[in-house]
Amino acid sequence: MSRKFDRAGEAGLQFYGKMTASMSHELKNVLAIIKENAGLLNDFTCMAEEGGMPVDLEKVKRVTEKIAKQTRRADGIVTRLNRFGHSIDESSKSVDLWDLLEFVVALSGRFASMRGVTLERKPPASRVTVTTVPFFLENLVWLCLDFAMGVAGTGKTVGLIVEETKNGARIKFTHLEDLAKVPPDTFPAQRAKVLLGALNSELAVDVEAQEIVLTLPESIGG
Amino acid sequence: MKPRILIVDDEQEFVDSLSERLAIRDFDVTTSSSGEDALEKVKKYNFDVIILDVKMPGMSGIETLREIKRIKPLTEVIMFTGHAEVETAIEGMKLGALDYLLKPCKTEDLVSKINMGYDRKAKQEERIRQAKASEIMSSPMSALKE
Repeated sequence: MSRKFDRAGEAGLQFYGKMTASMSHELKNVLAIIKENAGLLNDFTCMAEEGGMPVDLEKVKRVTEKIAKQTRRADGIVTRLNRFGHSIDESSKSVDLWDLLEFVVALSGRFASMRGVTLERKPPASRVTVTTVPFFLENLVWLCLDFAMGVAGTGKTVGLIVEETKNGARIKFTHLEDLAKVPPDTFPAQRAKVLLGALNSELAVDVEAQEIVLTLPESIGG
Repeated sequence: MKPRILIVDDEQEFVDSLSERLAIRDFDVTTSSSGEDALEKVKKYNFDVIILDVKMPGMSGIETLREIKRIKPLTEVIMFTGHAEVETAIEGMKLGALDYLLKPCKTEDLVSKINMGYDRKAKQEERIRQAKASEIMSSPMSALKE
């Protein structure tokens, strides 16, 4: 079991690096916007002091609102980063599957946007929970999502559905128009296989239905 | 004539505020939020310097740079990059970009690089004009070829 976890941990390091690099990139963008807007305020002040040009209060208000908006955006990114860091804290925990999926979607937002893919989510009728290793599951959901975005085809949409099953739960990644175009053994690749093993879960690739289905046990020990 | 600048970045609010700041500094600024849109504008208008984000959805900064250099080889390009994409920016310089800047950058650094690009393009255009003029002087018939 521990060897299985070690290998899953190696996969996790790559996931951790990718996500933190993405969040830091996003933060840099936010800081650049804040800096330019603060610079604009400074420009207005200099124009008033040196050029005698009266300060346009409407412009000042618009710029300060932009700074406030970007500060909220940065706060959201840091909150995500903090939650992501803490997802390593517990080796086994009961998680709300929809909440976890939404979190991975938030982590993946920049990647989806870079690929021009929309992530369409349909919340379950009632709360679906599983007892699992949160960080490994986040990693596995990301690998599925990453693959799904790559085979979304011209529709450029990936549907995400969480459902309760008799023995646990499943996440469906749908609308995968180009699923038939990839060789059958492409996914799951080695890293996903290791995580599937560590989480006692299964993955089914349904080319006809254009979807992949990740099935999770109610409890990782079960 | 004011130096003509094109800013290409998918972060709209960044583009808006930077363009306002450069306009205050007497640059003639046009903006674009994607590589594809930037190329349409490059085909239509003559920009002196293009400020290009390395990472954008759709057409990447490098692909956009390659096309800009194919369409308008004399237009100078400054790459905007996050710290993780410095190697991409260096690749961009191999493809003809003037330089790169890390986001967020100092306004003075950006303005200085824009002026450097503007001067370099103006000098290059002048050299081409002189070369054409001397070709015409030495062989007047060559003017008819054009």
